[in-house]
Amino acid sequence: MTLLDLANPTKFLSLTARVLPWLAGATAILLLIGLYQSAMAPDDYQQRATVKIMFIHVPNAWLSMFVWGVMSLSALGTLVWRHPLADVAAKAAAPIGAAFTFLALVTGSLWGKPMWGTYWEWDARLTSVLILFLMYLGLIALWRAVDDPSRAARAAAILTLVGAINLPIIKFSVDWWNTLHQPASVMRMGGPSLDKAFLIPLLVMALGFSLLFVTLHLAAMRNEILRRRVRALQMMQASQQAA
Amino acid sequence: MIALAALIRRDIRIALRVGGGALIGVLFFLTVTVLMPFAIGPDLALLTRLGPAILWLGALLASLLTLDRLFTSDHDDGSLDLIVMGRTPLELACAAKALAHWLAAGLPLVIATPVLGLLLNLDAAATAAVALTLLVGTPALTFTGMIGAALAVTLHRGGLLLAVLVLPLSIPVLIFGVAASQAAISGPLSFGTPFSILCALSLVSFVIGPFAAAASLRHGLD
Repeated sequence: MTLLDLANPTKFLSLTARVLPWLAGATAILLLIGLYQSAMAPDDYQQRATVKIMFIHVPNAWLSMFVWGVMSLSALGTLVWRHPLADVAAKAAAPIGAAFTFLALVTGSLWGKPMWGTYWEWDARLTSVLILFLMYLGLIALWRAVDDPSRAARAAAILTLVGAINLPIIKFSVDWWNTLHQPASVMRMGGPSLDKAFLIPLLVMALGFSLLFVTLHLAAMRNEILRRRVRALQMMQASQQAA
Repeated sequence: MIALAALIRRDIRIALRVGGGALIGVLFFLTVTVLMPFAIGPDLALLTRLGPAILWLGALLASLLTLDRLFTSDHDDGSLDLIVMGRTPLELACAAKALAHWLAAGLPLVIATPVLGLLLNLDAAATAAVALTLLVGTPALTFTGMIGAALAVTLHRGGLLLAVLVLPLSIPVLIFGVAASQAAISGPLSFGTPFSILCALSLVSFVIGPFAAAASLRHGLD
C-alpha cells in the first residue's frame, strides 16, 4: 500500500472506512487518559489551577502550525505530483487548522485573563497566531469563492506555499515589532523546563490531539470525496435534463 | 530584453492615459490622509506622532486598491493569454508588469508624500524619512500583491478576496516601514536596522512575487 495506491478514491474510501473506527477509539482513549492526568496534575505554585489550561492550549497551538505544514505538503502534492487526493487533503485540512488556531487563541485568552489581567495582550506570540488565523480564514475564503474545485485547488496551493514562506517572516517581524514597542512583556512561556508532573500529561494530550486531527482530517477527506461525487452526479443529471 | 522593455513601456502608457486610472491611487491616498484628522481630531502634536503610521496605512491601502488593474484589463482584452504563451519567460514578464505597475501607481504615492507630510505637520527630516521608506517599501507591496492579483484574475474574483489574501502578507513591510520612519524621527533605535530589513523584504518579494504569480497564471488560466 503506497501513496500512489491511495490515488484511487474508492480504495482510499474503503481503507479509511476500516481504519477510522480504530483511530477514533484510540483518540478517545488517549484524550480521556490525558484529561484525567491533567486533572490530577498538581497545581502550579504561582499560577494555581489555571496552569491546567496549558494542557489544552499548547496542543492546539502546536497543531495550528502543524496543520499548515500538512497543507503545504498537500499543496506540493497538487502542484508537483498532481496527486488526485492532495487537493482534497488540503481543502479538508483548512477548516480543521482554523479551528485549532481559534481554540489556541481562545484558551490563551482565557488563560491570559487571570495571569496577565487582560483577555488580549499585543504579545508577539498572540499576534502572530492571530495573523495565522487570519491567513487560514483567507484560505478558506479562497476555497469558497470558486465553485470548480480543481481551479480553486491550484490557487489555494500557491497561496498555501506563499504563506509557508511568509509565516516565518511574519513571525520574525512581529517579534521585532513587539520587543520595540513593549520591552517588558508580561510573561515568557516555556522558559523554565517543565516538571515531569506537567510534561507527561502534556505529551499525552499532544498525542491525543494529533490523533484527533488525523481522525477528523480523514473523515473530512471522505466527506469531501463524497461531496464531489454528489456534485458530479448532479451535474450529470442536469446535463441529461438539458439534453 | 526588448520585449520586456516594450511591455513596461506599454503598461505605463496604458496606465497613464485615459481609462488607465493609475493616478486615482494618489487621489485615494490624499483623501484617506485628509480623513484622518476628522477621525482623530485636529491636534497637530498627535498628528505629528501618528503621521508616519497614517501615511504608511494610506499608501498600503492605495497600492492595494490599484492592484486589481495589474492583470484584469489584460485578461479582459486577451493580451494576458499572449503574454503567457509568449517566448519571454513568464516570470520575467510578471516582474516587468509589476515594475511598470509600480512606476505608474506606486512611485506617484512616494512623490505625493511630502505634500501630505505638510498636512500632518511632519518636519522636513520626518517627511524625508517616510518618503524614503515608502520608496523602498512600496515595491515590496506591489510584488507581493501581484501574487494576490494573479490568483484573483485566474479565479475571476477581485475586490475583497484580493484584499483579504494580500493584507496579511504585507504586515512585515508595514512593521518595518513604520519602524524605520519612527526611528528616524524620534529614535531610540538607529534608522539603519529596520531600514535594511525593509530593503531585504523588498528584495525577497522580488524573488517570490514573480515566481508565485507566474505559477498561478500558468496553472490557473484555461
